[in-house]
Amino acid sequence: MSTGVLFDAPGPRARLRHNVLTLVGLLAALLAAWFVWARFSAAGQWDAELWKPFLDPEVWTGLILPGLWGTLSAAAVSAVLALLFGVVFGLGRLSDHWWLRLPSGGIVEFFRSVPVLIMIFFAQAGAFAIFGYVMPAFWAVVIGLTLYNGSVLAEVFRSGVHSVARGQSEAAYALGLRKGGVMRLILLPQAVTAMLPAIVSQMIVLLKDTALGYIIAYEDLLNAGFRVVPANYGNIIPAAIVVAAVYIALNLVLGWFATWLEGRGRRSRRSAATPMKADPVVGVPPLGA
Amino acid sequence: MSALIENFDAIIAGFWSTIRLAAMSAVLSLLLGTLLVALRVSPVPVLRGMGTLYVTILRNTPLTLVLLFCALGISNTLQLNFDVEDPAFNGYWLAVLGLTAYTSTFVCETLRAGVNTVPMGQAEASRAIGLTFAQSMRMVILPQAFRAVIAPLGSVLIALIKNTTVVIVAGYAEAAFVMKDMLYESAGTVVMVFLGFAAGYMILTLPVGYLTGWLARRLAVRR
Repeated sequence: MSTGVLFDAPGPRARLRHNVLTLVGLLAALLAAWFVWARFSAAGQWDAELWKPFLDPEVWTGLILPGLWGTLSAAAVSAVLALLFGVVFGLGRLSDHWWLRLPSGGIVEFFRSVPVLIMIFFAQAGAFAIFGYVMPAFWAVVIGLTLYNGSVLAEVFRSGVHSVARGQSEAAYALGLRKGGVMRLILLPQAVTAMLPAIVSQMIVLLKDTALGYIIAYEDLLNAGFRVVPANYGNIIPAAIVVAAVYIALNLVLGWFATWLEGRGRRSRRSAATPMKADPVVGVPPLGA
Repeated sequence: MSALIENFDAIIAGFWSTIRLAAMSAVLSLLLGTLLVALRVSPVPVLRGMGTLYVTILRNTPLTLVLLFCALGISNTLQLNFDVEDPAFNGYWLAVLGLTAYTSTFVCETLRAGVNTVPMGQAEASRAIGLTFAQSMRMVILPQAFRAVIAPLGSVLIALIKNTTVVIVAGYAEAAFVMKDMLYESAGTVVMVFLGFAAGYMILTLPVGYLTGWLARRLAVRR
């Protein structure tokens, strides 16, 4: 339901009320903006000196872009591994054999309910304590993100396969296909179309979570832009604004891509599955919802 | 196992901080999120724009950056503090501020999705029988919308509980902070320590999931 349907076309009294609310809203926004501006200038954060580093090409090529590369490469590697993890355990959970279904379910539920950060800590400390291996921060981040996002994607795959109309698999069995054939030729191709928006939304979560690497000193965008740059130029507030802007731009692009995919999937008649709208927080709605 | 037993008091204290952070942030996020959704569905374009701007900025910024900004930006640089004399109190409220600012955007989006699950005919029918906007909202739309968002709000709460671990960057000691100390100091027991803390988080998150899932099924609107 679009919000426009919620209210009638305004009459004279409602128009007056809307104008008053507009005024109040504008005043509140101005007050907030003035407060922020005043605090920033009291702390000297509008000084041109502090913003100059971001006009210097060397700051970008030497610090921020390598940091961005760190963020994007960790996100890309984790995304690929998480997709693999999701396929394996998502299909494992759909298996007819209890010895495949139960362990897959247990693993997925476990990694979904444990915070990513403590998995990252464990990957690093555990590798050293058990194997004596000093794990680079990159791999600790990748392992943590893969396990968590992989489990969420496993649930996406499972609900994606369930979202294909049942007549499809019944018809396929009636044609004489076996289990593997039904999954590979009938269910998965249609489910993928339905799952794509949810998968891309999960990629946004994954991209944002690479920032957790900051905590174990992984050299990502946050670390370069918000630790190294302010350490050199003492410009913590400008750095926060610039780094946040880069993250927001990246996520908005991915978000538009997800919305576009969803619209395309809704118009398409090639799949018997309804496109899944991703939960903004955990990828898929919990079961039974 | 011994490492867990020896540090039992510290672990319980850590999880108690986690619970306190999550509970306070949950209540405040629900309030702020409701206010934001009221802005975002309001008929006034300026208010809608303000709501959308806030949600877009906070939702797409990593929580790590939000919490770092609370600690390094708001507290250290801008000198805005809740109470400088009491670092634990100050750290707690700065962490709650960051978690609330971030989580409220997800609450807002969830509530908005809930309003969207109510079929258009419901609003049209309530207008057709002469209900005012406030009446149709109160008696027709919102009761159905709230029942549709119980389970998604449960996922937001679970995400919030897990997100309290990120508070480590703001320097407030909660369970992940305790775990980090134990992991990097005493080698040899890492697996037990990890499993112990994982179990702690599961004890906090799994009941929330089951409870909200059960409530959502019980209260689901049949269509």
